[in-house]
Amino acid sequence: MRVTPMMAVHCRNLTKRYQAGGQEVMALRGVHLDIPVGQLMMLVGPSGCGKTTLISVIAGILDQDEGTCEVYGVDLKSLSDRDKLAFRAKNIGFVFQSYNLLPSLTAQENAAVPLIINGVKRPLALQAAREILDRVGLGQRLTSMPSQLSGGQQQRVAIARSLVHDPRLIVCDEPTSALDHDTGQRVMELLKGVALDAGKALIIVTHDERIFEFADTIAHMDDGNIVKSPSLQPTFTSPY
Amino acid sequence: MSYIAIRMLMGDRSKYLGIIMGLTFASLIMTQQPAIFVGLMTRSFSFISDVGLPDIWVMDPKVQFVDDVKPLQDTELYRVRGVSGVDWAMPLYKGLIKARLTNGNFQTCNVIGLDDATLIGGPPEMIEGRLEDLRRADSVIVDQYGANEKLGVKGPDGTLSPLKVGDLLELNDHRAIVVGIAKTTRTFQSQPVVYTTYSRAKNMAPRERKLLSFILVKAKPSVDLEELTRNIESHTGLAAYTQKGFQELTYNYYMKNTGIPINFGISVALGFLVGAAIAGQTFYSFTLENLRQFAVLKAMGAGNGTLLMMILLQASIVGIIGYGLGVGLTSVFGWAMRNTILSFKFPWQLLVFSGVGVMLICLIAAGISIRKVMTLEPAMVFKT
Repeated sequence: MRVTPMMAVHCRNLTKRYQAGGQEVMALRGVHLDIPVGQLMMLVGPSGCGKTTLISVIAGILDQDEGTCEVYGVDLKSLSDRDKLAFRAKNIGFVFQSYNLLPSLTAQENAAVPLIINGVKRPLALQAAREILDRVGLGQRLTSMPSQLSGGQQQRVAIARSLVHDPRLIVCDEPTSALDHDTGQRVMELLKGVALDAGKALIIVTHDERIFEFADTIAHMDDGNIVKSPSLQPTFTSPY
Repeated sequence: MSYIAIRMLMGDRSKYLGIIMGLTFASLIMTQQPAIFVGLMTRSFSFISDVGLPDIWVMDPKVQFVDDVKPLQDTELYRVRGVSGVDWAMPLYKGLIKARLTNGNFQTCNVIGLDDATLIGGPPEMIEGRLEDLRRADSVIVDQYGANEKLGVKGPDGTLSPLKVGDLLELNDHRAIVVGIAKTTRTFQSQPVVYTTYSRAKNMAPRERKLLSFILVKAKPSVDLEELTRNIESHTGLAAYTQKGFQELTYNYYMKNTGIPINFGISVALGFLVGAAIAGQTFYSFTLENLRQFAVLKAMGAGNGTLLMMILLQASIVGIIGYGLGVGLTSVFGWAMRNTILSFKFPWQLLVFSGVGVMLICLIAAGISIRKVMTLEPAMVFKT
């Protein structure tokens, strides 16, 4: 079945095995997952359940062993390494738990990195970075180094970096877990407000139940599989 | 990406400086030590270079280098003059004679006896006096280093008074009066050089049956020098070398029969190894610490080729800076030592040599880091 144009991510029967300590570990056991365009999906589950492996496959930085995973209709595994890199550089934005900003670059330069990777000239990339930092409320901290920014500000720079090249899928790994409640709420408001433009989709791996309210759908994972199908915005307390 | 690579490199100030220091040290050792070596080796034949006029040096076949004098009979001079193609041939005495200074100290001097009539074989440049002054009774000309240093006399207050024109010396109990100071190139042994006439040198020299050290030959115009050396050898049974050939003979003797090349070679190798170890280890450690940053770039779509270029650029930058600083320090060292006894010669070939050395170190340093980055799993960015 071809994926519909309105589906950002369409995964079927994904499996992934690792060798750890001489033993085979099944990280993904036939995962089915759909993320419609325009939605913010949260992926929740206990540590070691396969969430990170799943978003790595979806983001095209890890190949599954079996199954298919199409992102905006493109099966990443079928692409050559070069095409996969190009697809990732153009279509995927990343937000990490530990921000992963380059410590020797200013906020503006950090935000410009994805554009530079895409071959945009530095002055143009810096101009675009300035605009996106304005949108996330850091227009006054363009020349600040990451070490001079608070955790919340660093995460906002990371969000700006994930958006600057206008990707269609934004993959976030625990974006609020290192932040206090208020900062976490602001970051989520920002992600939902700024990132979720038309034609985009967000997938957020999180343990942080304080941000569940921002999800359009929540997929529960355990032991390498989706144990509860994506549901609408939750009305429960997370067991994780 | 070049800009990001440069900022990453310079962002870690301590490691950046550490790598540059390692490369500077390596570059310094790889230029300074060979420069001293080249200077020393050049001194081994500096006397031959200073005697510029003759085309060919004739000597005993057993002579191995310029200071290895095996005297000839005076009659050999006439045999050489009889060889076809020889324009003129002049005797030259070269030997070590002890000089007694006015304060009673002794100093071994390299005495050069020049042909009485023509004074061929004299110093290249006179600072005081004239070469012709050697025709005066008991006269000698002393080189400037000898006059200023070893033949100078320390006064009661410890200050060194250089030997001057008009001062007296005793050479093997023979009175000698200084009539000139000459500018010469320092010799390997750094002994004072004393020029006098051939006949006077023979009088001063300890009694020996044969005292003719070398025969200096000028070829007739348009005569092939190599052919003439072969002719002289076949007619006289002596050894004949062009000036360049004699320089090479002397140079090769020192290279093969002294520990100098090995000693300097060890210094250069150590400089290379220590520089490679410091720079390589620091660069590798720098890469390891930045592994996560490389993984982030990889996750965002930067390919292995891009990361490879970034690492090579970083290695090139530290290489060029380290090389420049090392070569600069060597030049400063050479400039500071220009008037001392230290030998120092810095030909362009040494720049190439050390440049290749530093480039190798950078490639080694980058090589061990590149492998790590190439095999880097970008999924590590999701781990905290």
